[in-house]
Amino acid sequence: MRTLIYLLIGILFGITMFKSEAASWFRIYEMFKFESFHMYGIIGSALVLGILVTQSIKRFDIKSFYGEKIVFTPKAKSFSRYLIGGIVFGLGWALAGACPGPMFTLVGAGYVPILVVIAAAIVGTFAYGIVKDKIPH
Amino acid sequence: MDCPKSDAQLLRKGRRKFFQLQKQKSVNLIYEPWPWYIAGPMIALILFLLLMVGKNFGMSSNLRTLCTLCGAGKTTDFFKFDWKSQKWNLIVVLGAIIGGYIGAHFLSNTTAVVLNPETISDLKTFGFESAGTAYLPTEMFATTALGSLKNLVLLVLGGLFVGFGARYAGGCTSGHAISGLSNLQLPSLIAVIGFFIGGLTMIHLIFPILF
Repeated sequence: MRTLIYLLIGILFGITMFKSEAASWFRIYEMFKFESFHMYGIIGSALVLGILVTQSIKRFDIKSFYGEKIVFTPKAKSFSRYLIGGIVFGLGWALAGACPGPMFTLVGAGYVPILVVIAAAIVGTFAYGIVKDKIPH
Repeated sequence: MDCPKSDAQLLRKGRRKFFQLQKQKSVNLIYEPWPWYIAGPMIALILFLLLMVGKNFGMSSNLRTLCTLCGAGKTTDFFKFDWKSQKWNLIVVLGAIIGGYIGAHFLSNTTAVVLNPETISDLKTFGFESAGTAYLPTEMFATTALGSLKNLVLLVLGGLFVGFGARYAGGCTSGHAISGLSNLQLPSLIAVIGFFIGGLTMIHLIFPILF
């Protein structure tokens, strides 16, 4: 049952990413050129509502559908890892034109070369795991 | 001789026509690209649903799980964890793949992205002739584009940076820009600023060298 719920949430996410064109390389390029409001509108409105959702859950101690407490894990305090990691991510996001969610959506949409990007992203994650203790955090 | 229709008949006919048109209109809206004010709230809904089933919204952690599934736990501790605890997220990924299939095959008449004309002419000078006529640049994402060594290198580099950067920063667009910022996390703000420094550098400084 829970598996089905996760699957349906994923399907909803995939359709949204594809239909909103957030999975389009062109839209990412246009966003970084500041030539369209589209992506800013998507992220901005998602964020405003996301803040409302998250803060309401915390403020009113809303329980999950299963009656459990909803736990938010605060991100560890640091500066360099977020900035440097963020910059590296941004370079890739703009070049590949896809972040880790839409990448998978594009597989379903039938774009074969995105598999190369996903494979490389897995290798990149692996590379991070290897050098993790040697880079600033 | 023409028999005049009763008012009730006319009203019924008019109402039927009205609902037909409405239905047509709403069906067309699904087939059109979704505007930001639909997509944004949908993403917030997905965040809400994941929180309400006791999970969180973050896609890049799946890349780590996939490493573990490939046996990366043997090399370093970072990948030594019970992948089953992340199985739910892999199912979300499976859903995202299916969603992409549904979106592209059943919910779209045309997938050409309507871009700002300036963006299109910019991209054409970089050699992206498909700008304005496709969903992804055919120069990079058509299956035949795999034959170009330069393109292959770009796809690999893009993927490597995304994978490495997302884990280094501890999250990607979903984990930081949506989940983290929604929880008012300063680290997420720093990461998102990083995303933009990286993205702007790539498009404005590196693209003119690459293309």
